[in-house]
Amino acid sequence: MPDLSGMRFSESHEWVKQDGDTATVGITEYAQSQLGDVIYLELPTVGQQLDAGGRLGVIESVKAASDLYSPVGGQVADVNQELTDHPEYVNQDPYGKGWIIKLRAIKDNPKLLDQKAYDDFVKGKSHA
Amino acid sequence: MTAERTPLYEEHIRLGAQMTNFGGWLMPLQYSSIREEHRTVREAVGLFDLSHMGELRLKDDGVAQRVLTRDLTRLRTERVQYALLCNEDGGIVDDVLVYALRDGGYLLVVNAGNQDGDFDWIKAHAPSSAGEGHRGDTILNVGRDWALLGVQGPKAVDLVQRLTSSELGGVKYYAFVEGRVAEVACMISRTGYTGEDGFELFCGNDDAGRLWRALLEEGQADGIRPAGLGARDTLRLEAGMRLYGNDMDDKTNPLEAGLDWTLSLDKDFVGRDAILRARQQGLGRILVGLRMLDRNIPRHGYGVLKEGQPVGVVSSGNVSFTLGYNIAMAYVPPALAEPQTRLAVDVRGSAAPAEVVSLPFYKRPHPK
Repeated sequence: MPDLSGMRFSESHEWVKQDGDTATVGITEYAQSQLGDVIYLELPTVGQQLDAGGRLGVIESVKAASDLYSPVGGQVADVNQELTDHPEYVNQDPYGKGWIIKLRAIKDNPKLLDQKAYDDFVKGKSHA
Repeated sequence: MTAERTPLYEEHIRLGAQMTNFGGWLMPLQYSSIREEHRTVREAVGLFDLSHMGELRLKDDGVAQRVLTRDLTRLRTERVQYALLCNEDGGIVDDVLVYALRDGGYLLVVNAGNQDGDFDWIKAHAPSSAGEGHRGDTILNVGRDWALLGVQGPKAVDLVQRLTSSELGGVKYYAFVEGRVAEVACMISRTGYTGEDGFELFCGNDDAGRLWRALLEEGQADGIRPAGLGARDTLRLEAGMRLYGNDMDDKTNPLEAGLDWTLSLDKDFVGRDAILRARQQGLGRILVGLRMLDRNIPRHGYGVLKEGQPVGVVSSGNVSFTLGYNIAMAYVPPALAEPQTRLAVDVRGSAAPAEVVSLPFYKRPHPK
């Protein structure tokens, strides 16, 4: 089980982990399992300004194209270039080498869920 | 409407499949990963549940000749043909496989979502010469009595051969024999929808689980995996095989879909006159293959552009795991259908560059 301590989650199934003044963003295990095989990501460029809950990019699986949303606001500091050749990392290790972007100058989002609240949210969905 | 379940439903659940509604049937979309299942079929052997496909038993030659686009007098016993059902306007009602049975008449294997519609449509178009008296048994809808398993991939023939005493080497592509596989009575058909060699096995519903488990067990040595509809779609796209409902429908003429070879225009069949008229008038659009020149993924319904202007539409598109680039089938004007023509696909408002290529995208290395 990956270490999810310190992570917070959005209802659109992204995670964010803040480390000093940088925040790393990815999608959750639940999101990757629902998407299936990821084959392409359309990502922002470094320096771009993102709003909390604003569109971050697009993730494409074999099944469909879906929008990604930024769980917090901030400026794009880094983009995971490895995903260009290895989009499957998002499936294999969504909380690790499948990270998507890093942000700085973070504007926090009080609506994010902690792990327990997110797990309950996902459980509610799968039993709906 | 509740989705129907195939006799293999419990097997899929036990294998942890992600299930999806397809054509009114609850079917496995994937078991592990579409990428892995796709690769397994190209490199080893995959096992598919195709029991959602419809089967119609057509006993009357006259009816078959009237509703199917191909001349069946040329189809020998225990051989299979791909053919179309067309409406009076020449639109495609369904694409089917026609099996010439040993005891006379035909078995039509039709798309899952179309089986009841095809049944009604064929009955309504049966020529009156078939006679009112026996019209009732001219056509039977037997789809729910049969299970269908696909065994596809370079190791498929060897695997099935180990489980049967029938001599499969003599069964040519698009031919079939009746036999027993793993002690289960089957129609063993050398057909498929993946671009690979292999068999499709028709058996009774009650035997399906036994046959499925026997193939998985014996196939372990070959690296077999169960494969779902996700892989089936990416495999058939690489092989340039059209999907009914995506690449063609009842508003699509067979000439537009590039299926001229399925038409026996020297015999009379429903839709023939309209198809001949369309040919004379010239086509407004034709199906082509597209190779994407960047990493964007073309999808059903996306626009096709020429110098920024809309000229067509993508009918199927996805990643090609085997080729390592993204591919599509699309309808464009015939003037833009030549291979190497530069076009673009409208992906979320951006023009993603593409090039016309000939179909199929993928051909297996050593066809038998």
